[in-house]
Amino acid sequence: MTHLAFVPAAATGKIILLRPVDLAIIVIYFVAVLGIGFYLKKFAKRGEDFFIAGRGMTSWVAGLAFISANLGSLELLGWAGAAYQYGILATHWYWIGAIPAILFLGIVMMPFYYISRTHSVPGYLNLRFGRPTSGLSAVTFAVMTILMSGVNMYAMAIVMKVVLGWNIHFSIWVSSLTVGVYVALGGLYSAIFNEVLQFFLIWLGALLIPILGLMETGGWSGMVARIHHNFPGDNFTHLWSDLGHFSGNPMGIHWTGIVFGLGAVLSMGYWTTDFLVVQRVLSAKDLRSAKMAPVIGAFFKMAVPFIVILPGLLALSVLPFHLVPQTAMQPGQHSYNEVLPLMLARYCGPGLLGLGITALVAGFMSGMAGNVSAFATVWTYDIYRLFVRKDASDSHYVSMGRWSTMIGLIISIGAAYAVMGFASIMDYVQALFAIFIAPLFGTVVLGMLWKRMTGKGAFWGLLAGTTASASMFLAVKFHPAALGIIALSSHAKMMAEDMYQALWSWLICVGVTVVISLVTQPRPPAELKGLVYGETEIPGEGHLPLLKRPIFWSCVCLAVFLVLQWIFW
Amino acid sequence: MSEERHMIPVWFFVGVLLFIYGILIFISGLLEWSHPPDTVLANLHAPVWWGGLMIAMGALFIHLFRPRKPSQ
Repeated sequence: MTHLAFVPAAATGKIILLRPVDLAIIVIYFVAVLGIGFYLKKFAKRGEDFFIAGRGMTSWVAGLAFISANLGSLELLGWAGAAYQYGILATHWYWIGAIPAILFLGIVMMPFYYISRTHSVPGYLNLRFGRPTSGLSAVTFAVMTILMSGVNMYAMAIVMKVVLGWNIHFSIWVSSLTVGVYVALGGLYSAIFNEVLQFFLIWLGALLIPILGLMETGGWSGMVARIHHNFPGDNFTHLWSDLGHFSGNPMGIHWTGIVFGLGAVLSMGYWTTDFLVVQRVLSAKDLRSAKMAPVIGAFFKMAVPFIVILPGLLALSVLPFHLVPQTAMQPGQHSYNEVLPLMLARYCGPGLLGLGITALVAGFMSGMAGNVSAFATVWTYDIYRLFVRKDASDSHYVSMGRWSTMIGLIISIGAAYAVMGFASIMDYVQALFAIFIAPLFGTVVLGMLWKRMTGKGAFWGLLAGTTASASMFLAVKFHPAALGIIALSSHAKMMAEDMYQALWSWLICVGVTVVISLVTQPRPPAELKGLVYGETEIPGEGHLPLLKRPIFWSCVCLAVFLVLQWIFW
Repeated sequence: MSEERHMIPVWFFVGVLLFIYGILIFISGLLEWSHPPDTVLANLHAPVWWGGLMIAMGALFIHLFRPRKPSQ
């Protein structure tokens, strides 16, 4: 069967053909985000407004923005492709790899972030440990974030070229200038408003795929039967039962890596210390909203596999051809990462296609906006104000925020062109996050929970953990056999690397931090008020009705999470 | 900041965008009713009911979160 909107890649070089109504939907989106940016400019005159959205967001707005900041299109496309390649195992990155960490952020860590009135994660480290640790974290975060923005920009341009046939330069410049204008105008307000918009577009654009797909296959059991018919001998639909041995599942991972590496360290590191997502929660209007926002986000994060993983599984059951790895693609074939556009083209005609493509574009652009607004905040407050010009006026810092937004964007564009010339840069930039995030989590969480921890312990622990993480990454890069040592098994595959690298680097960071802290002088307790457990008065929830308590909804969320593990065991 | 009290909530913008998109998709679905595109399950006319859903959601959000005059 041929599909009007689905054009074989070999024939025209693009997967989807857009009609005038689809183009209208895309253009309206660009007009809308620019209009919102111009509208919000008058509200973003103070630093508190430009960088932290006035600390006035409700828990729902902060929660949806929190999840949308993470729900980038590169992730959507990549994980749908991973679901096609590895089956339901990809869901771990949305469930155990997110839910416990998000709930931990909301209930345990947000009180310290919020009560300290910090504007950023490096800002908290400055209050707790001083400038060396804060500076190390701020510089690495600023560099990583702006490079990652460039990588995302390039990836979006490639996707648009493959899927729609758009010129790469057109995609890069139009999207980045649009993002630059609306973030420079409205600051974090603009970024958050557009993330909430993106949330609705992603769901409404992608939800039809699993709905129509399950109707085509006759439900979940029909889909599973078709998968077994198309791929006999492979198990794509069990979440935990094949993780008892590295060679027992298509991903080559073990349950210890999933639980301790991914669940306990890697996801904790990302969800609790990546300023891109934490910044959204810091914008909440009060402590209860700041605790509730991640909990709201956790419920929606749990549902994301329905629009990301399920399309990948459905593709295994309904596509008349097999997808292949990007590196093995021949003319006429499609790679794993094209599964979402292929399924979109399978079920969606004019209008709905435009909505789906707009959702992908919105995802890319809000990802860029998030990176750029986080960069502007960390650069202005944690590097420029702390080390270059300490006592300028608030309006000076807002002006610096607007300028650094545009300059950060130009650097991102430069990074996008650098990746275009040297594709392997992408691997290194993406690896940077894995290298830094686990040790940073160790430093931040110990700092919040252990008042004996000292500034010297924090700095050297963070440096040791980061160095260990980078060393493990390079060891596997240049000697792949090293993975067997790091993952403690010769059967481990590449997906296991991140998890065990995170686990070991976290342990090294914590170990060095504890040893050095015990032999150096801590700060007096009076200086730690509002920053650490035992010296911070955290308002209780007992006076609130049950349905308004974040801890209640956290328990509900955790219960749903556990039920899902059992259902898909 | 006094202006914050008069900031149009983000839900209103969401409503406007969903309403406009819903109309475009709904009309597109009606126009192709007798000659649906060559997609799987095109006989279900998904643009019509999905567009209708978006119109309803958009209208609800616009009604609930429309800018109101500040109280004196």
